[in-house]
Amino acid sequence: MVIDTQGLSFHFGSQQVVKSLSLQVPEGSIYGFLGPNGAGKTTTIKLLLNLLKTEDGSIRIFDKDLQSNRIAILAQIGSLIEQPAIYLHLTGKENLMNRALLLEVPESRVDEMLALVHLKDAANKKAGKYSLGMKQRLGIALALLPDPKLLILDEPTNGLDPNGIIEVRELLIKLVTKHNKTVFVSSHLLAEVERMATHVGIIDHGELLFQGSIKDLEAISQPRVQIEVNNTVDAANLLKKQGFTVTDISEDNLSVPFTSKTQMAEINTLLNSNNYQVYSIHKVHKDLEKLFLDITQKA
Amino acid sequence: MKGFILSFRSEFYKTRKTMAFWSAVLLPLIICLLIFIGFLTHSDQLASNPGMALWFKFAGAILGVMGTLLLPMLIIFIAYSVNNIEHKSETWKSLFSLPISKLSIYSAKYLYAFFLVVICLALFLLFTLGFGNLLSLVKPTLKFNEYHIESFLSQIYLKLLFSALGVLSIQFLLSLLFRDFLKPMGIGFAATVAGAILGGSGWKYAYLFPYSHAMLTVQSIHQAAGRGKNTAMPQLTVDLLTKDIWVSMAVAAGVFILGYFIVLKKSVK
Repeated sequence: MVIDTQGLSFHFGSQQVVKSLSLQVPEGSIYGFLGPNGAGKTTTIKLLLNLLKTEDGSIRIFDKDLQSNRIAILAQIGSLIEQPAIYLHLTGKENLMNRALLLEVPESRVDEMLALVHLKDAANKKAGKYSLGMKQRLGIALALLPDPKLLILDEPTNGLDPNGIIEVRELLIKLVTKHNKTVFVSSHLLAEVERMATHVGIIDHGELLFQGSIKDLEAISQPRVQIEVNNTVDAANLLKKQGFTVTDISEDNLSVPFTSKTQMAEINTLLNSNNYQVYSIHKVHKDLEKLFLDITQKA
Repeated sequence: MKGFILSFRSEFYKTRKTMAFWSAVLLPLIICLLIFIGFLTHSDQLASNPGMALWFKFAGAILGVMGTLLLPMLIIFIAYSVNNIEHKSETWKSLFSLPISKLSIYSAKYLYAFFLVVICLALFLLFTLGFGNLLSLVKPTLKFNEYHIESFLSQIYLKLLFSALGVLSIQFLLSLLFRDFLKPMGIGFAATVAGAILGGSGWKYAYLFPYSHAMLTVQSIHQAAGRGKNTAMPQLTVDLLTKDIWVSMAVAAGVFILGYFIVLKKSVK
């Protein structure tokens, strides 16, 4: 395990923010750390980086105890916490140069990173004048600068446009598959995590509700097919007669558990051939809130 | 040690384009230049003064404000600036998640603030001497060249530097802990005024209060000048290690160590 915590707990005053968290992040995984805002994700990440002192429980990273091997462990971690920490009065390149100086990384690596996050053209612009997305990309470049074995990223796609999100996602996948890195990435978007993670941990109110591989999660998060049709009640009856399970009916929509794309086509053909007007038919992911409800109800 | 050197260089890299750094360089230049211009335009009235009196007027104009207000306020500003750079950019968390010991980061930052105070005082000394000698070249009626104040003035500035250490440590810690400008500034300003009043009033325990130390150092010039007033060309010296300087150093060391333990225990928000 790259990250292994046991019974990790943390308070802010009387409020317990992290409750007996046991995270297991295997080597070579993209671990999606999922939870709504305020669930304790950032606090957990700060504990993993030793920015907050562990009150209860233990943290082992690279099979070493974090408290007693702080510097050796931090030397192999690149991190991005909350909004990226960058010096606004320095240019993008100067921010990287400053970090390179501290970590004794050659200047050529700075240029590589600028190219990687597409900030070459804005390299000599003050970071204070960057857009949120550019700051986020600079933050990612700072995290990647020392070529760390483990990347800990807190909501790295925050503020990025769709292109930026895809780029970050592909970059992370590439780092894991081609460069044998391990990525621990937090997010409040289930769909985002599903698209890149190999492993998932779900946290809410400081408690780990679920931990496992992405396959295990898919078993719970059952996507469904949502059909917009002119007469939902009759259409639902027809589908039921044909052996489909209808999980939800409203005035405009009905839902069927998703099994395959072929199944979606079959439903479409069936409704059309019976003279129903199908306005739309698409696959819908369960939203995070509903997923939490399902998980908590199961437990 | 390597972490310390890297951190120190990084402090310079980060601040070299900011007011924190340039104020330490420009302040002495501007103040000395203004007084230079003042002497130049009033050279007729001043021409009757002997060299020693000229130097005392010239250097004294700076040292007077230095003791009461300038040095403490400059320290408050420098201590604030080197910490504010991290508060403002929310970079404490990234600084403390680097593979560099907290002691290196903390002590490099502290010593960088100290280094800025050294630069500033050294430039005050250099510019005072430089502009004084320049005056006697430009206006030969001003006989600055009659008297050599270099050694005495160097001792005063060295003593001022020592007297600044206590305040520097206190202000550094305040600026590290509080991100908003008003707290370290307000506390520092109030303490500076109190220090000037206590030091100026001659209260016998003023030497225990760090914010009075700059004032006491400036007062020691008068004592030194008093000792030498019966000789024509006295070689003046300052008692460097007086009890107020010992207090200043002890406070500096104590607060520096206390600050380190606070940094160790403190959560980084």
